[in-house]
Amino acid sequence: MERWINKRPSRAVSGMLGLIPLIILLLLYMAGSEARLAENPADKLLPSFEQFSQAIERMAFEPSKRTGEYLFWVDTQSSLIRLGLGVGIASLLGLVVGVLTGALPVVRALFNPLLTVVSLIPPLAILPILFIVLGLGELSKVVLITIGVMPFIARDIQRRTQEIPSEQIIKAQTLGANTSQILLRIILPQIMPRLIDATRLSLGAAWLFLIAAEAIVSTDGLGYRIFLVRRYLAMDVILPYVAWITLLAFLSDWVLAKISYLCFPWDRLDGAER
Amino acid sequence: MIEIDRVWKSYGDNTVLEDISLTVKEGEFVTMVGASGCGKSTFLNLLLGTQTVSRGELRLDGKPIVAEPGPDRGIVFQQYSVFPHMTVLDNVMAAPALAQKGITGHLFGAARASAKREAEAMLERVGLVASAQQYPSSLSGGMRQRLAIAQALTAKPRILLLDEPFGALDPGIRNDMHVLLRDLWRSLGLTVFMVTHDLKEGFSLGSRLWVFDKRRHDPHAPNAYGAQVTYDLPLSKMSEESYMQTLQGLGSSSLLN
Ligand SMILES: Nc1ncnc2c1ncn2[C@@H]1O[C@H](COP(=O)(O)OP(=O)(O)OP(=O)(O)O)[C@@H](O)[C@H]1O
Ligand SMILES: [Mg+2]
Repeated sequence: MERWINKRPSRAVSGMLGLIPLIILLLLYMAGSEARLAENPADKLLPSFEQFSQAIERMAFEPSKRTGEYLFWVDTQSSLIRLGLGVGIASLLGLVVGVLTGALPVVRALFNPLLTVVSLIPPLAILPILFIVLGLGELSKVVLITIGVMPFIARDIQRRTQEIPSEQIIKAQTLGANTSQILLRIILPQIMPRLIDATRLSLGAAWLFLIAAEAIVSTDGLGYRIFLVRRYLAMDVILPYVAWITLLAFLSDWVLAKISYLCFPWDRLDGAER
Repeated sequence: MIEIDRVWKSYGDNTVLEDISLTVKEGEFVTMVGASGCGKSTFLNLLLGTQTVSRGELRLDGKPIVAEPGPDRGIVFQQYSVFPHMTVLDNVMAAPALAQKGITGHLFGAARASAKREAEAMLERVGLVASAQQYPSSLSGGMRQRLAIAQALTAKPRILLLDEPFGALDPGIRNDMHVLLRDLWRSLGLTVFMVTHDLKEGFSLGSRLWVFDKRRHDPHAPNAYGAQVTYDLPLSKMSEESYMQTLQGLGSSSLLN
Protein backbone atom coordinates (compact mmCIF):
# COMPACT_ATOMS: atom_id res chain seq x y z
CA MET A 1 0.00 0.00 0.00
CA GLU A 2 2.12 2.83 -1.30
CA ARG A 3 -0.49 5.28 -2.40
CA TRP A 4 -2.25 7.53 0.07
CA ILE A 5 -5.55 6.69 -1.48
CA ASN A 6 -5.12 3.09 -0.31
CA LYS A 7 -3.99 3.79 3.24
CA ARG A 8 -6.66 3.04 5.79
CA PRO A 9 -6.23 3.73 9.49
CA SER A 10 -7.38 1.05 11.93
CA ARG A 11 -10.33 1.85 14.18
CA ALA A 12 -8.19 2.87 17.13
CA VAL A 13 -5.83 4.98 15.04
CA SER A 14 -8.80 6.53 13.31
CA GLY A 15 -10.33 7.57 16.62
CA MET A 16 -7.06 9.09 17.83
CA LEU A 17 -6.54 10.94 14.57
CA GLY A 18 -9.97 12.48 14.95
CA LEU A 19 -9.14 13.71 18.43
CA ILE A 20 -5.93 15.49 17.41
CA PRO A 21 -7.51 18.60 15.83
CA LEU A 22 -9.96 18.92 18.72
CA ILE A 23 -7.19 18.76 21.31
CA ILE A 24 -5.08 21.24 19.39
CA LEU A 25 -8.00 23.66 19.24
CA LEU A 26 -8.61 23.26 22.94
CA LEU A 27 -4.95 23.87 23.78
CA LEU A 28 -4.83 26.92 21.51
CA TYR A 29 -7.91 28.29 23.24
CA MET A 30 -6.47 27.73 26.71
CA ALA A 31 -3.18 29.35 25.77
CA GLY A 32 -4.94 32.32 24.20
CA SER A 33 -7.26 32.74 27.12
CA GLU A 34 -4.45 32.60 29.64
CA ALA A 35 -2.36 35.13 27.73
CA ARG A 36 -5.22 37.62 27.44
CA LEU A 37 -6.27 37.25 31.08
CA ALA A 38 -2.70 37.68 32.25
CA GLU A 39 -2.59 40.99 30.42
CA ASN A 40 -6.06 42.13 31.51
CA PRO A 41 -7.93 40.17 34.20
CA ALA A 42 -11.22 41.84 33.16
CA ASP A 43 -10.93 40.61 29.58
CA LYS A 44 -14.18 39.06 28.36
CA LEU A 45 -13.32 37.69 24.97
CA LEU A 46 -11.69 34.39 25.90
CA PRO A 47 -12.91 33.40 29.37
CA SER A 48 -11.09 30.74 31.37
CA PHE A 49 -12.68 27.39 32.11
CA GLU A 50 -13.17 28.49 35.68
CA GLN A 51 -15.26 31.41 34.47
CA PHE A 52 -17.27 29.03 32.29
CA SER A 53 -18.09 26.79 35.22
CA GLN A 54 -19.13 29.80 37.29
CA ALA A 55 -21.41 30.99 34.49
CA ILE A 56 -22.93 27.52 34.09
CA GLU A 57 -23.41 27.30 37.86
CA ARG A 58 -25.16 30.66 37.83
CA MET A 59 -27.40 29.95 34.84
CA ALA A 60 -28.28 26.32 35.45
CA PHE A 61 -28.14 25.65 39.16
CA GLU A 62 -29.11 28.91 40.86
CA PRO A 63 -32.55 30.47 40.56
CA SER A 64 -32.53 33.77 38.73
CA LYS A 65 -32.65 36.75 41.08
CA ARG A 66 -35.29 38.45 39.02
CA THR A 67 -37.71 35.63 38.25
CA GLY A 68 -36.65 32.76 40.49
CA GLU A 69 -36.34 30.45 37.48
CA TYR A 70 -33.42 28.29 36.47
CA LEU A 71 -32.79 30.19 33.23
CA PHE A 72 -30.68 27.59 31.47
CA TRP A 73 -33.34 24.91 31.80
CA VAL A 74 -36.19 27.27 31.02
CA ASP A 75 -34.38 28.34 27.87
CA THR A 76 -33.67 24.74 26.92
CA GLN A 77 -37.26 23.70 27.46
CA SER A 78 -38.74 26.57 25.46
CA SER A 79 -36.36 26.07 22.56
CA LEU A 80 -36.84 22.32 22.42
CA ILE A 81 -40.63 22.65 22.46
CA ARG A 82 -40.51 25.17 19.59
CA LEU A 83 -38.05 23.04 17.65
CA GLY A 84 -39.96 19.82 18.30
CA LEU A 85 -43.29 21.31 17.31
CA GLY A 86 -41.90 23.02 14.22
CA VAL A 87 -39.97 20.02 12.97
CA GLY A 88 -42.72 17.58 13.96
CA ILE A 89 -45.42 19.47 12.09
CA ALA A 90 -43.11 19.97 9.11
CA SER A 91 -42.34 16.24 8.98
CA LEU A 92 -45.97 15.29 9.16
CA LEU A 93 -46.99 17.77 6.47
CA GLY A 94 -43.97 16.89 4.38
CA LEU A 95 -44.84 13.21 4.65
CA VAL A 96 -48.43 13.70 3.54
CA VAL A 97 -47.58 16.12 0.73
CA GLY A 98 -44.56 14.11 -0.40
CA VAL A 99 -46.29 10.72 -0.48
CA LEU A 100 -49.42 12.02 -2.20
CA THR A 101 -47.55 14.03 -4.83
CA GLY A 102 -45.05 11.22 -5.29
CA ALA A 103 -47.59 8.45 -5.67
CA LEU A 104 -50.48 10.12 -7.47
CA PRO A 105 -49.63 11.84 -10.77
CA VAL A 106 -52.80 13.94 -10.65
CA VAL A 107 -51.98 15.35 -7.22
CA ARG A 108 -48.41 15.92 -8.39
CA ALA A 109 -49.58 17.92 -11.39
CA LEU A 110 -51.83 19.93 -9.11
CA PHE A 111 -49.34 20.81 -6.38
CA ASN A 112 -45.84 20.59 -7.82
CA PRO A 113 -45.65 24.16 -9.15
CA LEU A 114 -46.86 25.52 -5.80
CA LEU A 115 -44.38 23.35 -3.91
CA THR A 116 -41.53 24.55 -6.11
CA VAL A 117 -42.45 28.20 -5.54
CA VAL A 118 -42.84 27.76 -1.79
CA SER A 119 -39.50 25.99 -1.53
CA LEU A 120 -37.79 28.93 -3.25
CA ILE A 121 -39.07 31.58 -0.82
CA PRO A 122 -36.32 32.41 1.69
CA PRO A 123 -38.13 31.67 4.98
CA LEU A 124 -36.42 34.45 6.93
CA ALA A 125 -37.74 36.97 4.41
CA ILE A 126 -41.30 36.14 5.41
CA LEU A 127 -40.56 36.29 9.14
CA PRO A 128 -41.88 39.88 9.36
CA ILE A 129 -45.09 38.74 7.69
CA LEU A 130 -45.43 35.94 10.23
CA PHE A 131 -44.95 38.42 13.07
CA ILE A 132 -47.56 40.77 11.62
CA VAL A 133 -50.10 38.06 10.87
CA LEU A 134 -49.54 35.64 13.73
CA GLY A 135 -48.27 38.01 16.40
CA LEU A 136 -45.04 37.80 18.36
CA GLY A 137 -45.93 34.70 20.36
CA GLU A 138 -44.94 31.07 20.07
CA LEU A 139 -47.00 30.46 16.96
CA SER A 140 -44.95 32.58 14.59
CA LYS A 141 -41.70 30.89 15.68
CA VAL A 142 -43.10 27.41 15.21
CA VAL A 143 -44.57 28.39 11.85
CA LEU A 144 -41.23 29.81 10.72
CA ILE A 145 -39.50 26.49 11.43
CA THR A 146 -42.32 24.58 9.76
CA ILE A 147 -42.30 26.72 6.63
CA GLY A 148 -38.53 26.66 6.62
CA VAL A 149 -38.06 22.91 6.50
CA MET A 150 -41.37 21.52 5.20
CA PRO A 151 -40.70 22.07 1.46
CA PHE A 152 -37.37 20.29 1.71
CA ILE A 153 -38.91 17.30 3.47
CA ALA A 154 -41.89 17.20 1.11
CA ARG A 155 -39.72 17.25 -1.99
CA ASP A 156 -37.34 14.66 -0.62
CA ILE A 157 -40.23 12.35 0.30
CA GLN A 158 -41.78 12.91 -3.11
CA ARG A 159 -38.57 11.82 -4.80
CA ARG A 160 -38.19 8.81 -2.52
CA THR A 161 -41.78 7.79 -3.21
CA GLN A 162 -41.17 7.94 -6.93
CA GLU A 163 -38.07 5.82 -6.44
CA ILE A 164 -40.06 2.87 -5.13
CA PRO A 165 -39.81 0.34 -7.99
CA SER A 166 -42.93 0.39 -10.13
CA GLU A 167 -42.79 -3.42 -10.04
CA GLN A 168 -44.00 -3.28 -6.44
CA ILE A 169 -46.90 -1.00 -7.24
CA ILE A 170 -47.91 -3.23 -10.16
CA LYS A 171 -47.50 -6.31 -7.98
CA ALA A 172 -49.80 -4.86 -5.34
CA GLN A 173 -52.44 -4.22 -7.98
CA THR A 174 -52.24 -7.80 -9.23
CA LEU A 175 -52.92 -8.84 -5.64
CA GLY A 176 -56.07 -6.75 -5.78
CA ALA A 177 -54.99 -3.64 -3.91
CA ASN A 178 -56.82 -0.34 -4.33
CA THR A 179 -55.09 3.05 -4.20
CA SER A 180 -55.45 3.67 -0.48
CA GLN A 181 -54.22 0.17 0.33
CA ILE A 182 -51.17 0.74 -1.84
CA LEU A 183 -50.51 4.07 -0.14
CA LEU A 184 -50.93 2.70 3.38
CA ARG A 185 -49.39 -0.75 3.10
CA ILE A 186 -46.78 -0.49 0.37
CA ILE A 187 -45.61 3.11 0.16
CA LEU A 188 -46.02 4.58 3.63
CA PRO A 189 -44.09 1.90 5.57
CA GLN A 190 -41.24 2.02 3.06
CA ILE A 191 -41.10 5.80 3.26
CA MET A 192 -40.90 6.04 7.07
CA PRO A 193 -37.13 5.50 7.31
CA ARG A 194 -36.70 7.98 4.45
CA LEU A 195 -38.78 10.47 6.44
CA ILE A 196 -36.46 10.10 9.39
CA ASP A 197 -33.47 10.64 7.10
CA ALA A 198 -35.04 13.79 5.67
CA THR A 199 -35.90 15.06 9.14
CA ARG A 200 -32.34 14.50 10.30
CA LEU A 201 -31.00 16.44 7.34
CA SER A 202 -33.38 19.31 8.01
CA LEU A 203 -32.47 19.67 11.70
CA GLY A 204 -29.60 22.05 10.97
CA ALA A 205 -31.88 24.43 9.11
CA ALA A 206 -34.51 24.09 11.81
CA TRP A 207 -32.02 25.21 14.48
CA LEU A 208 -31.08 28.16 12.28
CA PHE A 209 -34.68 29.32 12.00
CA LEU A 210 -35.29 28.74 15.71
CA ILE A 211 -32.34 30.84 16.82
CA ALA A 212 -33.12 33.56 14.29
CA ALA A 213 -36.72 33.83 15.48
CA GLU A 214 -35.71 33.79 19.12
CA ALA A 215 -33.04 36.41 18.57
CA ILE A 216 -35.59 38.79 17.10
CA VAL A 217 -38.56 38.43 19.42
CA SER A 218 -38.69 36.27 22.46
CA THR A 219 -38.53 36.33 26.22
CA ASP A 220 -36.75 33.04 26.64
CA GLY A 221 -34.98 30.34 24.66
CA LEU A 222 -31.40 29.42 23.92
CA GLY A 223 -31.20 31.78 20.93
CA TYR A 224 -32.80 34.59 22.90
CA ARG A 225 -30.28 34.18 25.73
CA ILE A 226 -27.12 34.29 23.66
CA PHE A 227 -28.30 37.35 21.78
CA LEU A 228 -29.33 39.01 25.07
CA VAL A 229 -26.02 38.51 26.87
CA ARG A 230 -24.13 39.53 23.74
CA ARG A 231 -24.75 43.10 24.87
CA TYR A 232 -22.53 42.50 27.89
CA LEU A 233 -19.96 40.58 25.86
CA ALA A 234 -20.73 37.64 28.15
CA MET A 235 -18.65 35.07 26.33
CA ASP A 236 -18.64 32.98 29.49
CA VAL A 237 -22.39 32.38 28.91
CA ILE A 238 -22.45 32.37 25.12
CA LEU A 239 -19.82 29.68 24.58
CA PRO A 240 -21.38 27.13 26.98
CA TYR A 241 -24.76 27.82 25.36
CA VAL A 242 -23.30 27.21 21.92
CA ALA A 243 -21.71 23.98 23.15
CA TRP A 244 -25.04 22.95 24.68
CA ILE A 245 -26.92 23.70 21.44
CA THR A 246 -24.37 21.64 19.55
CA LEU A 247 -24.80 18.76 21.98
CA LEU A 248 -28.61 18.96 21.69
CA ALA A 249 -28.35 18.97 17.91
CA PHE A 250 -26.08 15.95 18.04
CA LEU A 251 -28.37 14.12 20.45
CA SER A 252 -31.54 14.76 18.44
CA ASP A 253 -29.79 13.47 15.34
CA TRP A 254 -28.55 10.42 17.22
CA VAL A 255 -31.97 9.65 18.67
CA LEU A 256 -33.58 9.79 15.22
CA ALA A 257 -30.89 7.53 13.76
CA LYS A 258 -31.44 5.08 16.61
CA ILE A 259 -35.21 5.08 16.13
CA SER A 260 -34.74 4.38 12.44
CA TYR A 261 -32.35 1.53 13.18
CA LEU A 262 -34.60 -0.08 15.77
CA CYS A 263 -37.94 0.38 14.03
CA PHE A 264 -37.01 -0.60 10.49
CA PRO A 265 -34.87 -3.73 10.62
CA TRP A 266 -35.78 -4.54 7.01
CA ASP A 267 -34.07 -1.34 5.92
CA ARG A 268 -30.68 -2.38 7.32
CA LEU A 269 -28.08 -3.74 4.97
CA ASP A 270 -27.69 -6.87 7.04
CA GLY A 271 -31.46 -7.46 6.74
CA ALA A 272 -31.99 -8.93 10.16
CA GLU A 273 -34.84 -11.20 11.13
CA ARG A 274 -37.85 -9.83 12.88
CA MET B 1 -59.56 -18.26 -23.35
CA ILE B 2 -57.14 -15.55 -24.56
CA GLU B 3 -57.47 -14.26 -28.08
CA ILE B 4 -54.77 -12.08 -29.55
CA ASP B 5 -56.40 -10.46 -32.54
CA ARG B 6 -54.18 -8.60 -35.02
CA VAL B 7 -52.32 -6.84 -32.23
CA TRP B 8 -49.82 -4.07 -33.00
CA LYS B 9 -47.79 -2.13 -30.52
CA SER B 10 -45.61 0.86 -31.29
CA TYR B 11 -43.96 3.61 -29.31
CA GLY B 12 -43.98 6.62 -31.57
CA ASP B 13 -42.13 5.61 -34.74
CA ASN B 14 -40.79 2.49 -33.11
CA THR B 15 -42.95 -0.46 -34.12
CA VAL B 16 -42.32 -3.16 -31.56
CA LEU B 17 -44.97 -5.78 -32.24
CA GLU B 18 -46.54 -6.27 -35.61
CA ASP B 19 -49.82 -7.94 -36.43
CA ILE B 20 -49.84 -10.80 -33.96
CA SER B 21 -52.82 -13.15 -33.99
CA LEU B 22 -52.91 -16.18 -31.69
CA THR B 23 -55.22 -17.96 -29.32
CA VAL B 24 -54.30 -19.56 -26.02
CA LYS B 25 -56.47 -22.08 -24.23
CA GLU B 26 -56.95 -22.31 -20.50
CA GLY B 27 -54.16 -24.31 -18.87
CA GLU B 28 -51.48 -23.78 -21.50
CA PHE B 29 -47.94 -22.90 -20.49
CA VAL B 30 -46.46 -20.60 -23.10
CA THR B 31 -42.76 -19.87 -23.02
CA MET B 32 -41.52 -16.94 -25.07
CA VAL B 33 -38.04 -16.47 -26.45
CA GLY B 34 -36.50 -13.93 -28.79
CA ALA B 35 -33.64 -11.51 -29.19
CA SER B 36 -33.16 -8.79 -26.62
CA GLY B 37 -35.32 -5.75 -27.28
CA CYS B 38 -37.69 -7.52 -29.66
CA GLY B 39 -40.76 -6.90 -27.51
CA LYS B 40 -41.28 -9.89 -25.24
CA SER B 41 -41.68 -7.77 -22.13
CA THR B 42 -43.89 -5.41 -24.09
CA PHE B 43 -46.15 -8.31 -25.00
CA LEU B 44 -46.31 -9.41 -21.38
CA ASN B 45 -47.15 -5.85 -20.35
CA LEU B 46 -50.06 -5.86 -22.77
CA LEU B 47 -51.43 -8.97 -21.09
CA LEU B 48 -50.74 -7.46 -17.68
CA GLY B 49 -52.52 -4.25 -18.55
CA THR B 50 -49.71 -1.79 -17.89
CA GLN B 51 -49.48 -1.06 -21.65
CA THR B 52 -52.27 -0.86 -24.18
CA VAL B 53 -52.31 -2.17 -27.74
CA SER B 54 -51.85 0.36 -30.54
CA ARG B 55 -54.06 -1.59 -32.94
CA GLY B 56 -56.05 -4.79 -32.72
CA GLU B 57 -57.54 -6.35 -29.62
CA LEU B 58 -56.60 -8.60 -26.72
CA ARG B 59 -59.53 -10.56 -25.40
CA LEU B 60 -59.97 -12.60 -22.27
CA ASP B 61 -63.05 -14.83 -22.42
CA GLY B 62 -64.30 -12.80 -25.36
CA LYS B 63 -64.07 -9.45 -23.55
CA PRO B 64 -61.29 -6.89 -24.10
CA ILE B 65 -58.63 -7.27 -21.44
CA VAL B 66 -58.83 -4.64 -18.67
CA ALA B 67 -56.07 -2.07 -19.19
CA GLU B 68 -55.07 -2.07 -15.54
CA PRO B 69 -53.34 -4.78 -13.51
CA GLY B 70 -55.82 -6.87 -11.58
CA PRO B 71 -56.09 -9.98 -9.43
CA ASP B 72 -56.97 -12.27 -12.38
CA ARG B 73 -53.43 -11.87 -13.73
CA GLY B 74 -50.47 -12.52 -11.43
CA ILE B 75 -46.96 -11.37 -12.23
CA VAL B 76 -43.42 -12.32 -11.26
CA PHE B 77 -40.70 -9.94 -12.41
CA GLN B 78 -37.00 -10.62 -12.61
CA GLN B 79 -36.53 -8.54 -9.46
CA TYR B 80 -38.28 -6.10 -7.09
CA SER B 81 -41.31 -8.37 -7.04
CA VAL B 82 -41.64 -8.73 -3.27
CA PHE B 83 -42.20 -6.08 -0.63
CA PRO B 84 -38.93 -5.39 1.20
CA HIS B 85 -40.60 -4.09 4.38
CA MET B 86 -42.63 -7.23 4.98
CA THR B 87 -41.40 -10.56 6.31
CA VAL B 88 -41.71 -13.61 4.09
CA LEU B 89 -44.94 -14.59 5.83
CA ASP B 90 -46.37 -11.07 5.60
CA ASN B 91 -45.48 -10.93 1.92
CA VAL B 92 -47.61 -13.97 1.27
CA MET B 93 -50.36 -12.79 3.61
CA ALA B 94 -50.40 -9.50 1.74
CA ALA B 95 -52.25 -11.26 -1.05
CA PRO B 96 -55.49 -11.90 0.88
CA ALA B 97 -55.03 -8.67 2.85
CA LEU B 98 -54.89 -6.53 -0.27
CA ALA B 99 -57.61 -8.53 -2.00
CA GLN B 100 -60.28 -7.56 0.52
CA LYS B 101 -62.15 -4.31 0.25
CA GLY B 102 -61.21 -1.55 2.64
CA ILE B 103 -58.85 1.29 3.22
CA THR B 104 -55.88 -0.05 5.17
CA GLY B 105 -55.22 -3.45 3.61
CA HIS B 106 -54.74 -5.08 7.01
CA LEU B 107 -56.37 -8.29 8.17
CA PHE B 108 -57.79 -8.82 11.65
CA GLY B 109 -59.15 -11.60 13.79
CA ALA B 110 -60.41 -14.76 12.15
CA ALA B 111 -59.65 -13.54 8.64
CA ARG B 112 -56.06 -13.00 9.69
CA ALA B 113 -55.77 -16.40 11.28
CA SER B 114 -57.08 -18.18 8.22
CA ALA B 115 -54.87 -16.10 5.90
CA LYS B 116 -51.93 -17.08 8.06
CA ARG B 117 -52.75 -20.79 7.80
CA GLU B 118 -53.13 -20.49 4.05
CA ALA B 119 -49.88 -18.54 3.72
CA GLU B 120 -48.02 -21.12 5.79
CA ALA B 121 -49.33 -23.89 3.58
CA MET B 122 -48.11 -22.01 0.53
CA LEU B 123 -44.69 -21.42 2.12
CA GLU B 124 -44.54 -25.14 2.84
CA ARG B 125 -45.08 -25.79 -0.84
CA VAL B 126 -42.31 -23.51 -2.01
CA GLY B 127 -39.97 -24.56 0.79
CA LEU B 128 -39.75 -21.28 2.68
CA VAL B 129 -41.26 -22.24 6.03
CA ALA B 130 -37.95 -21.92 7.83
CA SER B 131 -37.55 -18.37 6.58
CA ALA B 132 -41.07 -17.19 7.38
CA GLN B 133 -39.90 -14.45 9.74
CA GLN B 134 -37.03 -13.18 7.58
CA TYR B 135 -37.08 -10.04 5.48
CA PRO B 136 -36.46 -10.32 1.73
CA SER B 137 -33.10 -8.54 1.95
CA SER B 138 -31.72 -11.52 3.85
CA LEU B 139 -32.95 -14.10 1.32
CA SER B 140 -30.98 -15.54 -1.57
CA GLY B 141 -32.07 -14.75 -5.12
CA GLY B 142 -33.73 -18.12 -5.55
CA MET B 143 -35.60 -17.85 -2.27
CA ARG B 144 -36.79 -14.38 -3.22
CA GLN B 145 -38.20 -15.65 -6.53
CA ARG B 146 -39.88 -18.57 -4.81
CA LEU B 147 -41.45 -16.03 -2.47
CA ALA B 148 -42.57 -13.92 -5.42
CA ILE B 149 -44.22 -16.97 -6.99
CA ALA B 150 -45.85 -17.97 -3.71
CA GLN B 151 -47.16 -14.44 -3.26
CA ALA B 152 -48.54 -14.23 -6.78
CA LEU B 153 -50.22 -17.64 -6.55
CA THR B 154 -51.81 -16.95 -3.17
CA ALA B 155 -53.93 -14.35 -4.93
CA LYS B 156 -55.30 -17.26 -7.05
CA PRO B 157 -54.88 -15.67 -10.47
CA ARG B 158 -56.12 -17.48 -13.58
CA ILE B 159 -53.13 -16.30 -15.54
CA LEU B 160 -49.57 -16.17 -14.31
CA LEU B 161 -47.10 -13.92 -16.14
CA LEU B 162 -43.37 -14.32 -15.59
CA ASP B 163 -40.73 -12.02 -17.09
CA GLU B 164 -37.36 -13.76 -16.99
CA PRO B 165 -38.06 -14.87 -13.43
CA PHE B 166 -34.99 -17.10 -13.15
CA GLY B 167 -32.58 -15.05 -15.24
CA ALA B 168 -30.46 -14.10 -12.27
CA LEU B 169 -30.28 -17.57 -10.71
CA ASP B 170 -27.55 -20.15 -11.07
CA PRO B 171 -28.34 -23.36 -12.97
CA GLY B 172 -28.81 -25.70 -10.00
CA ILE B 173 -31.34 -23.47 -8.34
CA ARG B 174 -32.97 -22.84 -11.69
CA ASN B 175 -33.73 -26.55 -12.00
CA ASP B 176 -35.43 -26.60 -8.61
CA MET B 177 -37.49 -23.62 -9.68
CA HIS B 178 -38.55 -25.41 -12.87
CA VAL B 179 -39.77 -28.38 -10.91
CA LEU B 180 -41.66 -26.11 -8.55
CA LEU B 181 -43.23 -24.06 -11.30
CA ARG B 182 -44.34 -27.08 -13.36
CA ASP B 183 -45.79 -28.67 -10.28
CA LEU B 184 -47.77 -25.54 -9.38
CA TRP B 185 -48.93 -25.06 -12.96
CA ARG B 186 -50.27 -28.62 -13.19
CA SER B 187 -51.91 -28.72 -9.80
CA LEU B 188 -53.53 -25.29 -9.97
CA GLY B 189 -54.62 -25.41 -13.60
CA LEU B 190 -53.00 -22.07 -14.35
CA THR B 191 -52.44 -20.47 -17.71
CA VAL B 192 -48.81 -19.40 -17.76
CA PHE B 193 -46.87 -16.98 -19.95
CA MET B 194 -43.17 -16.92 -19.31
CA VAL B 195 -40.44 -14.89 -21.00
CA THR B 196 -37.00 -16.43 -20.90
CA HIS B 197 -33.61 -15.87 -22.42
CA ASP B 198 -32.66 -19.49 -21.91
CA LEU B 199 -33.73 -21.48 -24.98
CA LYS B 200 -33.40 -24.77 -23.17
CA GLU B 201 -35.66 -23.51 -20.43
CA GLY B 202 -38.09 -22.37 -23.11
CA PHE B 203 -38.19 -25.85 -24.64
CA SER B 204 -38.29 -27.95 -21.52
CA LEU B 205 -40.62 -26.03 -19.29
CA GLY B 206 -43.82 -25.17 -21.10
CA SER B 207 -46.45 -26.77 -23.29
CA ARG B 208 -46.00 -24.29 -26.10
CA LEU B 209 -43.10 -22.18 -27.32
CA TRP B 210 -43.30 -18.85 -29.10
CA VAL B 211 -40.33 -17.36 -30.86
CA PHE B 212 -40.48 -13.59 -31.35
CA ASP B 213 -38.58 -12.28 -34.35
CA LYS B 214 -38.82 -9.70 -37.09
CA ARG B 215 -39.97 -11.11 -40.41
CA ARG B 216 -38.98 -8.03 -42.34
CA HIS B 217 -35.91 -5.88 -41.96
CA ASP B 218 -35.19 -2.44 -43.32
CA PRO B 219 -31.49 -1.73 -42.70
CA HIS B 220 -32.10 2.01 -43.05
CA ALA B 221 -34.98 2.12 -40.60
CA PRO B 222 -34.49 -0.62 -38.01
CA ASN B 223 -37.59 0.47 -36.12
CA ALA B 224 -39.96 0.43 -39.06
CA TYR B 225 -41.03 -3.19 -38.66
CA GLY B 226 -42.05 -4.96 -35.51
CA ALA B 227 -41.55 -8.47 -34.24
CA GLN B 228 -44.00 -11.26 -34.81
CA VAL B 229 -44.33 -14.75 -33.44
CA THR B 230 -42.35 -16.58 -36.11
CA TYR B 231 -42.55 -20.04 -34.51
CA ASP B 232 -45.45 -21.37 -32.51
CA LEU B 233 -44.44 -24.85 -31.39
CA PRO B 234 -46.51 -27.27 -29.34
CA LEU B 235 -43.95 -28.85 -27.03
CA SER B 236 -45.60 -31.90 -25.56
CA LYS B 237 -46.10 -33.62 -28.88
CA MET B 238 -42.62 -32.98 -30.13
CA SER B 239 -40.26 -35.85 -30.47
CA GLU B 240 -36.72 -35.64 -29.32
CA GLU B 241 -35.57 -35.56 -32.94
CA SER B 242 -37.70 -32.70 -34.14
CA TYR B 243 -36.77 -30.87 -30.97
CA MET B 244 -33.11 -31.15 -31.88
CA GLN B 245 -33.82 -30.10 -35.44
CA THR B 246 -35.72 -27.02 -34.36
CA LEU B 247 -33.03 -26.17 -31.88
CA GLN B 248 -30.41 -26.33 -34.60
CA GLY B 249 -32.59 -24.38 -36.97
CA LEU B 250 -33.07 -21.68 -34.40
CA GLY B 251 -29.40 -21.69 -33.53
CA SER B 252 -28.47 -20.67 -37.04
CA SER B 253 -31.13 -17.99 -37.26
CA SER B 254 -30.51 -14.43 -36.24
CA LEU B 255 -32.53 -14.42 -33.07
CA LEU B 256 -30.00 -16.09 -30.85
CA ASN B 257 -27.83 -13.05 -30.42
N1 LIG C 1 -42.30 2.42 -22.20
C1 LIG C 1 -41.64 2.42 -23.37
N2 LIG C 1 -41.53 3.54 -24.10
C2 LIG C 1 -40.88 3.53 -25.29
N3 LIG C 1 -40.28 2.46 -25.82
C3 LIG C 1 -40.34 1.31 -25.14
C4 LIG C 1 -41.02 1.22 -23.87
N4 LIG C 1 -40.93 -0.04 -23.42
C5 LIG C 1 -40.21 -0.72 -24.36
N5 LIG C 1 -39.87 0.08 -25.38
C6 LIG C 1 -39.13 -0.33 -26.59
O1 LIG C 1 -39.73 -1.49 -27.07
C7 LIG C 1 -38.76 -2.39 -27.56
C8 LIG C 1 -38.99 -3.74 -26.94
O2 LIG C 1 -38.72 -3.69 -25.55
P1 LIG C 1 -38.99 -4.93 -24.60
O3 LIG C 1 -38.62 -4.52 -23.23
O4 LIG C 1 -40.35 -5.44 -24.81
O5 LIG C 1 -37.95 -6.00 -25.16
P2 LIG C 1 -37.65 -7.45 -24.63
O6 LIG C 1 -37.91 -8.38 -25.73
O7 LIG C 1 -38.34 -7.70 -23.34
O8 LIG C 1 -36.09 -7.37 -24.40
P3 LIG C 1 -35.22 -8.06 -23.25
O9 LIG C 1 -35.08 -9.49 -23.68
O10 LIG C 1 -33.93 -7.35 -23.32
O11 LIG C 1 -35.92 -7.91 -21.97
C9 LIG C 1 -37.42 -1.79 -27.25
O12 LIG C 1 -36.92 -1.25 -28.46
C10 LIG C 1 -37.70 -0.69 -26.26
O13 LIG C 1 -36.84 0.37 -26.52
MG1 LIG D 1 -37.70 -7.87 -21.29
